[in-house]
Amino acid sequence: MSELTGKKEIIRQLKEKILSMEGFGTGPDSRLHDFGLGPMNAAFPGGAFPVGAIHEFISPTEACAAAANGFLTGLLSTLMKKGGVCLWISVRRKLFAPALKFFGVEPHRVIFIDVKREKEALWVMEQGLKCNSLAAVVAELRDISFAESRRLQLAVETSKVTGFLHRQCLGTENTLACVSRWKIRPVASRTDGFPGVGFPCLEVELVKIRNGRPGIWQFEWKNGTFRVVPERTRTVVKPPIPQKQQHYA
Amino acid sequence: MPKRYLYIWFQYLATNRLAKMRPELRGKPFLLYAPEHGRMVIRAASQSLTKEGISPGMVVADVRAILPSVEVLPDENVADEKLLKDLAEWCLRYSPVVATDSPDGLILDISGCPHLWGGELPYIQSITARFRKGGYDVRAAIAETIGAAWAVAHYGKNGMIIESGRQAEVLFPLPPTALRLESSTLQRMEKLGFRQIGQFIGIPHLNLRRRFGEAMLIRLKQALGTMHEPLQPVQPAPIYLERLPCLEPIRTATGIEIALRRLLESLCERFSREGKGMRTGIFKGYRIDGETVQISIGTNRASRNATRLFKLFELKIPEIEPALGIELFTLEATLVEEVSETQEALWSTANRDQAAISELVDNISGKLGVQAIHRYLPLEHHWPESSVKEISSLEEQPETEWRTDCPHPIHLLPEPVPIEVMVVLPDYPPMHFRYKNEVIRIVRADGPERIEQEWWLQSGPPRDYYRVEDESGARYWLFRLGLYGDRKPQWFLHGFFV
Repeated sequence: MSELTGKKEIIRQLKEKILSMEGFGTGPDSRLHDFGLGPMNAAFPGGAFPVGAIHEFISPTEACAAAANGFLTGLLSTLMKKGGVCLWISVRRKLFAPALKFFGVEPHRVIFIDVKREKEALWVMEQGLKCNSLAAVVAELRDISFAESRRLQLAVETSKVTGFLHRQCLGTENTLACVSRWKIRPVASRTDGFPGVGFPCLEVELVKIRNGRPGIWQFEWKNGTFRVVPERTRTVVKPPIPQKQQHYA
Repeated sequence: MPKRYLYIWFQYLATNRLAKMRPELRGKPFLLYAPEHGRMVIRAASQSLTKEGISPGMVVADVRAILPSVEVLPDENVADEKLLKDLAEWCLRYSPVVATDSPDGLILDISGCPHLWGGELPYIQSITARFRKGGYDVRAAIAETIGAAWAVAHYGKNGMIIESGRQAEVLFPLPPTALRLESSTLQRMEKLGFRQIGQFIGIPHLNLRRRFGEAMLIRLKQALGTMHEPLQPVQPAPIYLERLPCLEPIRTATGIEIALRRLLESLCERFSREGKGMRTGIFKGYRIDGETVQISIGTNRASRNATRLFKLFELKIPEIEPALGIELFTLEATLVEEVSETQEALWSTANRDQAAISELVDNISGKLGVQAIHRYLPLEHHWPESSVKEISSLEEQPETEWRTDCPHPIHLLPEPVPIEVMVVLPDYPPMHFRYKNEVIRIVRADGPERIEQEWWLQSGPPRDYYRVEDESGARYWLFRLGLYGDRKPQWFLHGFFV
């Protein structure tokens, strides 16, 4: 029996080693943050939201873009809980700074960089990701190539800064060297029969996650944290993809 | 050792300044005016006009009636003060203690200086000649006290030197104005028939104080030398400039880098001695063909870290064209600020983090310009467009809390987009609206939240904001400009909620 537990322990250690070699920040520090995603944590490698990596968000419409910004601001609030500053890079920014407060981020702790061209946004993002004094870097842009995303990933692997790439209204969804791909859609809020609009309600689709299990969840932002909406979660965690088809892009 | 003071009176400072700037005015009659209680009052008149009896304080219209050909120009008071300060700094070559005497005089403490020019007479002649050559009409006098020098410069013979201890004699025939008295005191003296200082200089001080007050006595004592008059000398700004001449002209980027590194090291060493740091710097190269090439940097926080400053310059080194070679490099810090060793922790992060972030921001602003970087602080306004204030500093903290009582949309359109709506009743949210050729049906709505124009800033109809949700779950921020009634109000889409 002790031999079996010993083997399990070895396997767990090896898994963690592989993950760290693949550029995941699954160390002790990744477990420190509780993003309030609840049942969604099962979908992530190591059972915790990967920090020190780059996450890609795709928003086809303006409403989706607003929802995605809201969701990632909610994630930022956890990353910035212990203090620190965040860089928000955008090409055509629509974000209204005072609204960040609703999602738990002090707007004056965000430095906004407004650039004219996508290349400049990528340069700023790379510089930001290399600076490990930042809590996170968010970039809103349209197009990015695989090679460019790999540069970002390399920067992240040494500095352990969490990056968010938010791509809006794009035609092709090309493969990137990001750890995950998310699609956030707004869904009807729950009002329980009361008039008016309820708490913001989002459908979070994890399209791709390296070494994890994609799925769809619904969350509500309530009292400064995410709450899963159990009765509306249509698809639970998808079965793991067979090992052979798993790709690391 | 008795003190010696030199007073220089710029009789026509403002008009001299203008005549130097616009040579076509030289020798012509012209005057400067400024509005005062709705009248155009003369501030300064050129030399030829003063001889005609036109003096500051008269009204422009009166002068025009006397001399229709006179040229009239608006006055800039600020320029005169700056000029006077510059002249004071120039005068530091004659004495280390120079003070400005607003509006049109300079006071030099010349104790122990004139022997370098061979005595007081050559000294005062040298100064007045230099000023006259530069286009300034000056009157100067040397005396043991500032008051006596002032009096003689204004009312005595030009270039007069009063020997030590003889100021009382010289003051005797001068009018009471020469004592720098207030106008009310002067009027009283005029009434009493005091036309010369000699008439009252012998009256016991007790009686003088009773009639004219303490201020007059102070002025008299200062002129006679029985009371000390303080001076506020000008402090020239120190120049932070380092030079590096080269034996052989430098033509390669590596060579330029080495030169820059050396200059930075010596400048930063000086900074750390004096507790200062660089905000802006210019690195210049003087080429052997006579041209100058230069690059400049700016930082968000004063810095004296040579490697960090070098990194900022390094981005711009490719802009330098050495051509045939550069024979002299200079590095000047044009804006220098104090650097405190222990800066308070900001954003509740460690100091090291903060330094790294400001370094990153400097890098970004070096490449993309300062206008790319924004930070926001709350302003106490309900009107959404004016509820935030843009700031450039990385260290400024909010004075008031961010508002959480009314919801703000996460995306705010830069300009509200006009939309077509279908409304059942006034003051009701719309049933549906058309945006980008798409009809959006509204299922749920909150509102209205009325935001009135801030009447002390702007005027116009109020906005009634509605937070609405459509069938798909997307949430929008709509508003109606104005009220139903007199005119048909216009509807706008202003933002997107999460």
